[in-house]
Amino acid sequence: MDFLSPDTWAGALAAKAARPEAVPVMGGTDVMVELNLGRRRPHALLDLTRVPELARWGAEDGYTRVGAGVSYTRLVERVGSRAPALAAAARSVASPQIRNRGSVGGNLGGASPAGDCHPPLLAAGALVELASAAGVRRVPASEFYLGPGRTVRREDELVAAVLVPEPRGPQVFAKVGPRNAMVIAVVSFALALDVAARRAGTGIGSAGPTPLRARAAEEFLAREFDWAGGADPSPEAARRFGDLVAGAARPIDDVRGSAAYRRHALAVLARRAWARCAAEVRGGGV
Amino acid sequence: MTPGPAPTAPAAPPPSAPGSAPPAGERAAEPAGGGVGDSPPRPDGTLKVTGEFAYSSDLWAENMLWGMTLRSPHPHARIVRVDTAPALRLPGVHAVLTHEDVPGEPRYGLEVRDQPVLAAETVRYRGEPVAVVAADHPETARRALERIVVDYEVLEPVCDARRAAFDPDCPLVHPPGSVPLRPEHNPRGNVLRHQPIRTGDLARGRTVADLRERADVVVTGSYEVGMQDQACLGPESGLAVPAEDGGVDLYVATQWLHADQRQIAPCLGLPPELVRVTLAGVGGAFGAREDLSMQVHACLLALRTGRPVKIVYNREESFYGHVHRHPAHLRFEHGAAADGRLLYAALEIVLDGGAYASTTPAVVGVAASLGLGPYEIPHAAVDAYGVYTTNPPCGAMRGFGAVQACFGYESQMDRLAEALDMDPVEVRLRNAVGRGSVLPTGQRIDAPLPMAEMLERARALPMPPPPEAAPGRVDPLALPGGAGGAGVGASVVRGVGYGVGLKNLCFSEGFDDHSTARVRLEVVGGVPVALVHTAAAEVGQGLVTLQEQIARTELGVRRVALHPADTSVGSAGSSSASRQSHMTGGAVKAACEAVRARVVALARARGLLAGEGGGAVGGADGGVRLAADCLVPPGGAAPVPLAEVLGDAVVEETREFRHRPTSPLDPVTGQGSSHAQLGMCVHRAVVDVDVELGLVRVVALDAVQEVGRALHPRQLVGQIHGGATQGLGLALMEEVQVADGVIRNPSFTDYLIPTVLDVPPMRVEVLEHADPQAPYGLRGAGEPPTLSATPAVVAAVRAATGRPLTRVPLRPEDIALP
Repeated sequence: MDFLSPDTWAGALAAKAARPEAVPVMGGTDVMVELNLGRRRPHALLDLTRVPELARWGAEDGYTRVGAGVSYTRLVERVGSRAPALAAAARSVASPQIRNRGSVGGNLGGASPAGDCHPPLLAAGALVELASAAGVRRVPASEFYLGPGRTVRREDELVAAVLVPEPRGPQVFAKVGPRNAMVIAVVSFALALDVAARRAGTGIGSAGPTPLRARAAEEFLAREFDWAGGADPSPEAARRFGDLVAGAARPIDDVRGSAAYRRHALAVLARRAWARCAAEVRGGGV
Repeated sequence: MTPGPAPTAPAAPPPSAPGSAPPAGERAAEPAGGGVGDSPPRPDGTLKVTGEFAYSSDLWAENMLWGMTLRSPHPHARIVRVDTAPALRLPGVHAVLTHEDVPGEPRYGLEVRDQPVLAAETVRYRGEPVAVVAADHPETARRALERIVVDYEVLEPVCDARRAAFDPDCPLVHPPGSVPLRPEHNPRGNVLRHQPIRTGDLARGRTVADLRERADVVVTGSYEVGMQDQACLGPESGLAVPAEDGGVDLYVATQWLHADQRQIAPCLGLPPELVRVTLAGVGGAFGAREDLSMQVHACLLALRTGRPVKIVYNREESFYGHVHRHPAHLRFEHGAAADGRLLYAALEIVLDGGAYASTTPAVVGVAASLGLGPYEIPHAAVDAYGVYTTNPPCGAMRGFGAVQACFGYESQMDRLAEALDMDPVEVRLRNAVGRGSVLPTGQRIDAPLPMAEMLERARALPMPPPPEAAPGRVDPLALPGGAGGAGVGASVVRGVGYGVGLKNLCFSEGFDDHSTARVRLEVVGGVPVALVHTAAAEVGQGLVTLQEQIARTELGVRRVALHPADTSVGSAGSSSASRQSHMTGGAVKAACEAVRARVVALARARGLLAGEGGGAVGGADGGVRLAADCLVPPGGAAPVPLAEVLGDAVVEETREFRHRPTSPLDPVTGQGSSHAQLGMCVHRAVVDVDVELGLVRVVALDAVQEVGRALHPRQLVGQIHGGATQGLGLALMEEVQVADGVIRNPSFTDYLIPTVLDVPPMRVEVLEHADPQAPYGLRGAGEPPTLSATPAVVAAVRAATGRPLTRVPLRPEDIALP
């Protein structure tokens, strides 16, 4: 196994161009687990920990650009208020030690349907920046995922960053698991509201082959939400919203939970998300 | 003693020869002297906390090879053909062995010799070892495994334990007569032990139906206990070093060195004295290391290649490479009078032993004899079965059959309370055992067991503050769901539940349970030093600390060193069954007493002690005492330094310690005083439940435990915390999920154990009513809290939700889905 360890972004892109099969590794919280379990035997690892650009973040044209190597811990501590749902998801990842190592880029590169970062990126309308020696492109999160572990990223490309729009309303994220910490999501849900445009974004995790949006639910909420006053939804509206979110999911029975429970829990998370966003609007927080 | 080269990583506990003992000043600074009843620091504590402790997986030797195991991909299959030639052709591969290469006994086993060293004609569980390789690099070994060709003819698996027990048409896991089962265990079909118990009218020809008519209230329940894993962080691992005398030295993480030796040697075709076993650093045990795993394989490879061979399982392999807690199917019926007094109980307990016996017969004996729990019930019929299936083998785990029974009987007590509209504690009080009570086996409880007092104390413990319902003021981490952030205060319901567990301590049913200790006292660098040598396995529980404390108390010395645990001294028995404080503690105490008597005699012989006779020793009787590195004569005479008494003399004594004999259970009536000692813990759990999502947060899990005597209060409370945490894990999340004989979650990603956010601060009240049968009056403390915590947590969730919840671990959907 070759171990490539460039110390510049240009060097990393050149290495990926020369060795497209090289598996990028940042914190190693996914890759090393797979290696240790013998599930993966790549011919080359592309270590990105020495590339300074990947660990940067900052404002850019109405977005917050978060480098693919920014650790979850930094995301929570430094980026937090500029991407609230993403920060909440980062806070829910694993343990402090893993949050010190793991990063959004790794979550996107692995593209597990259970990855915690995906629902907030979908809900917020984020862009994924992909780079290769040939150039840079930005793909909406909603077009990024193709299947379990599969994305539109080409073999010669690296995930460079995510661009999260400046929040224009409340954003929430929640996930469910049988343990109170350090748990892979049985199901997760993010909701992001754009109060000015009266639009809603959703993201569903762990309940389908890819992270999913619940578009019908988004439209329903946009119509029914009390944008001015932040009143709680009627029980009927809340239930309908929950049902629409659950209906958008395509869950399976697996070792972590049943499809029936996943749909049920999604509906509960969706209703609670609406109530929390409404409370925030009422409180004038945004 | 050890002809072969020694490995470079130190065995654990780190060899603390007298010269390398901790500085005397450090120990002398402990306020109370570090004897029995104090809480001195562990000798291995700093190394473990700083990450410098050498575990068995850290062992290394010059010129070492790596061993690896080829495992069956099928739960049940016939082996048609094995071709090892392609693997042997790989450069760097030094040996590929199959069952044909086992020179001695082809099978081993703790209780029943039924488990092949390497599978021959048949594999009976997925993960069963079929071949082993040794190579100069782990990656080479892995590639060699891929090149071994095995053709299987897949057979129908036997996955359902109840079917294995009761369906005469169920395929047999072992052909009749092919395994040496004991007739007094009533083996039949796939049943390897059936233990009945009949008492009262049910022993006199009356039926359960007769008794049902006499009861005012009858409660029945079917319960299930999932397969729990010990979840040791240290994987199975060790290093075998071939010796020039044709033997082998094995350094391994285990629980019972001599049981390993007794099983390994016949398979190698060697006498036991040529198989020398030394304890390596143990990263958790809890029963998982009582059975052999890689021991014989590493020795075979080392003897074949003439080079040291190290084997370390990876995490997934570890889930297949050790036994688990028996899953249980329980059908319980209890009848009581209107005042809550129990009249009868009829229990059926089916324990899934998996492919090989391991300790299943003993687990059945415990489940049967303690199946009624700590309750006086005049008429009882118990039938406990242990069965073979083609599921992963099950054996010892903390609680050992009593955990499964306890979930059943405590669930039934809560049902009874509900049926009678009575407080759950009250129902338990009305039927509580105490000293003088008779167990269903006919055994009389002859030591203090103040269950009623314990229940009252548990009930009187202060309650945690009520849940904070107002949104915005709640720390989301404190809500059910914790870090996931799903919780909202308004959906939380609180519940309270109780659990009582009764556990046998030490080995039962007539086993010759003993331990051995060798203690040497001599002067090193001008100060007296005691060296304690036993074969007892330190598995994290803190026995090394207790051994030092006992030596300090009995010999009055400040400095105590521990010899590495190995088989050059007599057996200590297993570090299991909550027995080592009692058994090895007792042996160390006895050896120290013998050393002390010789020291006193030496003092007299040297004219340092006036007066006649040498027998009167000890503090209370006004005789000679050893304290503060001195011999203290009676009557206020000046103390004599031990260094002066001893001079160049080395005083060494070896003693065996036994607890009182126990009896086997009668194979028909189940009668017999089978247990040496009993322990009890009472738990009160307080939980918050997010009813909509089915998520649980345990807010309090407080315990009252009877321990006889606390030798090391801090370690003792740690044991109770740890035991309760494992019980909480079984209640809420810990399960090896097996489908069609295949483990679906062999990783710590999906086999969940409680985190710090799942475990509340735990209040522990310790009662010390001395057991006159035991050294210092102590009772082992490790297991009882593991029993009581599970039903207490489940009862609390039932109280919060109104759900019946008959299976552990609870899943969110059991609570949330209609």
